[in-house]
Amino acid sequence: MTAPLPLISLRSVGRTYRTDGIAVAAVRNVSFDIDQGEILAVMGPSGSGKSTLMNMIGLLDLPSEGAIYLEGANVADLSEDRRSTLRARSIGFVFQSYNLLARHNAIENVALPLVYCGVGNKERLSRAEQSLEAVGMLHRAHHFPRQLSGGEQQRVAIARALIASPLIILADEPTGALDSRTGAEILALFAALNQTGQTIVMITHDPSIATRCRRTIRLHDGELVSDETQIPLIPKRSVAS
Amino acid sequence: MTMLQGFQIALHALRLNPLRSFLTMLGIVIGVASIVTVFAIGSGAQLRLQEQIRSIGANVLMIMPGAVYQGGVRLKDGSKLTMTESDVQAILEQIPEIQAAAGSIAGTAQVIHEGKNWNTTINGTTTGHFMVRDWQLASGRYFSSAEEAAAGKVVILGSTVARELFAPGDDPIGAQIRIMKVPLEVVGVLDRKDPAQDDVAFVPLTTAKLRFLGSASNINRDSVAYIIAKVAADGQMAGARSEIESLLRQRHHVPAGQEDDFKVQDPAAAMEAQQGAIRTVALLLVAIASVSLLVGGISIMNVMIVSVTERTREIGIRRALGGRMRDIRLQFLCEALVLCLLGGAVGVLGGVTLSMTVARMAGWITSIDGEAIALALAFSIATGLIFGFYPAHKASKLSPIEALKTE
Ligand SMILES: Nc1ncnc2c1ncn2[C@@H]1O[C@H](COP(=O)(O)OP(=O)(O)OP(=O)(O)O)[C@@H](O)[C@H]1O
Ligand SMILES: [Mg+2]
Repeated sequence: MTAPLPLISLRSVGRTYRTDGIAVAAVRNVSFDIDQGEILAVMGPSGSGKSTLMNMIGLLDLPSEGAIYLEGANVADLSEDRRSTLRARSIGFVFQSYNLLARHNAIENVALPLVYCGVGNKERLSRAEQSLEAVGMLHRAHHFPRQLSGGEQQRVAIARALIASPLIILADEPTGALDSRTGAEILALFAALNQTGQTIVMITHDPSIATRCRRTIRLHDGELVSDETQIPLIPKRSVAS
Repeated sequence: MTMLQGFQIALHALRLNPLRSFLTMLGIVIGVASIVTVFAIGSGAQLRLQEQIRSIGANVLMIMPGAVYQGGVRLKDGSKLTMTESDVQAILEQIPEIQAAAGSIAGTAQVIHEGKNWNTTINGTTTGHFMVRDWQLASGRYFSSAEEAAAGKVVILGSTVARELFAPGDDPIGAQIRIMKVPLEVVGVLDRKDPAQDDVAFVPLTTAKLRFLGSASNINRDSVAYIIAKVAADGQMAGARSEIESLLRQRHHVPAGQEDDFKVQDPAAAMEAQQGAIRTVALLLVAIASVSLLVGGISIMNVMIVSVTERTREIGIRRALGGRMRDIRLQFLCEALVLCLLGGAVGVLGGVTLSMTVARMAGWITSIDGEAIALALAFSIATGLIFGFYPAHKASKLSPIEALKTE
């Protein structure tokens, strides 16, 4: 069997912001691969470029230097509309501040990405139910975000990220706004999802969270300073599982 | 995202803020309501005129008495009856374009049948009158030539008079009625034409002169108050008119350079001119009402811009979850369209109600046609598209990353 193509490859990726003639290099010369089924923590001090990097991987932004390949295709070659459609189908975002639509209830929020995948109303709702079920929130399907606790909102947000069966889930400090116990629950949810083969990239400030991910990359001043994979204490289970 | 989903999202958003949504579309409501009302009243007025033109009859010329000089003093038009029955005869015989002609004298009197009585116009004329005006009988017959020659005591009733004097199931034909103490037999009842035309009773010209108006000082045995004449074809109106003029000048010995002692009128043409004037006024009013629509559109644009700003984060979320720029644009365009369409629909209802109220209270005829409603709705759709486009475009152009950063 030939080595599988990495899900995502970054090659000398840089992102420079220019405001009033001053150039700020938020990300510089970053190269690494993300394989199918990985769970990856991104760490680094505030302002080190983690979110900037994540936005590029999530097709919300394009690198100003270098290239990002999604399943072998240079994302810069795709049209804006195509990148939007890929976001709907292949990428699931989870944000620190949940970012649920306040005026829609949980199930409508979860179903939202499918609107942009061209899925009809009925199927959308049944799939949203499944997704809510998967995060243990089906009993709150008709509650509005303001009626839910932070942890519950984040579960709904994860259900939303999962609904289109994305290639990758990108979570930017998903436990940042939660107390440590709730944060641990959310983390357990991510771990369980990863067990089923879901690729996850998670930005975190919390070293204890990072240690629970097999691989951790560290950024400093926009540069990749380390990329470590823990040697598993227990032998790795076969990829097929 | 489909158009339908766009409308669903729009309705959801607008329902969350019903008062604001209503106030936003108020301008459109008022604009559309006034356009519909103006159209309804304007086309009602036109319809009324058309009915009157029709009731006069097609291609009809009317000859009225004109200026009269007595010892160098110009008397009021019509103060003397200058037309005669022989004029009618001459017009009929000498002008080939004239198909029918009749002289009339008219006054008002009380008509009485058993317990009922009614004040109406008594028109003394000949059967030619009905030919000129294409006026058919609902029942009975016209005057016979014997009755016309010998001042027969017969009468033909307009439909209003028949209705006022006779009970519904009661056949007027053969009944005796009285006008100025003279008993007359009803020989005919005319078709309905128009409320203004149907309130009349016709008697033979000779009967009118001999039995009702004979004592009037300005009547000589041959006089008629006016003549109506039917021209064979529309294109012959102008020619027939000038032939009548030269014939009558010659017959009345009007010296060259002096004003005619008669006037030839084309009542349909006069009314058509009036119709044009109504149309102009209606268009002007529609233009004014459109300003309200414009103001309504601007208010929609204003509220939409505010709404886009308020919902920047929502836009960021939708973009991050895969909404394309065109999906965002469609969403906000749909909102503007729903506002305008709802406003338009409420406006149409308001306009219909208003014009029906006006019709009832002022007694005007109003006519609500689908065309006016379609036009008003088309206007509101156009308003939604035009004024919704900029905010929708603005929303679609937002950078998703920046939008997600806003509070
Ligand atoms: N739109 C922008 N314009 C200019 N500079 C920007 C912009 N966005 C980010 N930056 C800069 O890029 C750098 C990296 O920002 P980024 O948000 O990626 O950091 P981060 O690692 O996510 O930080 P934190 O942990 O605080 O979220 C920062 O110095 C920031 O000021
Ligand atoms: Mg960040």
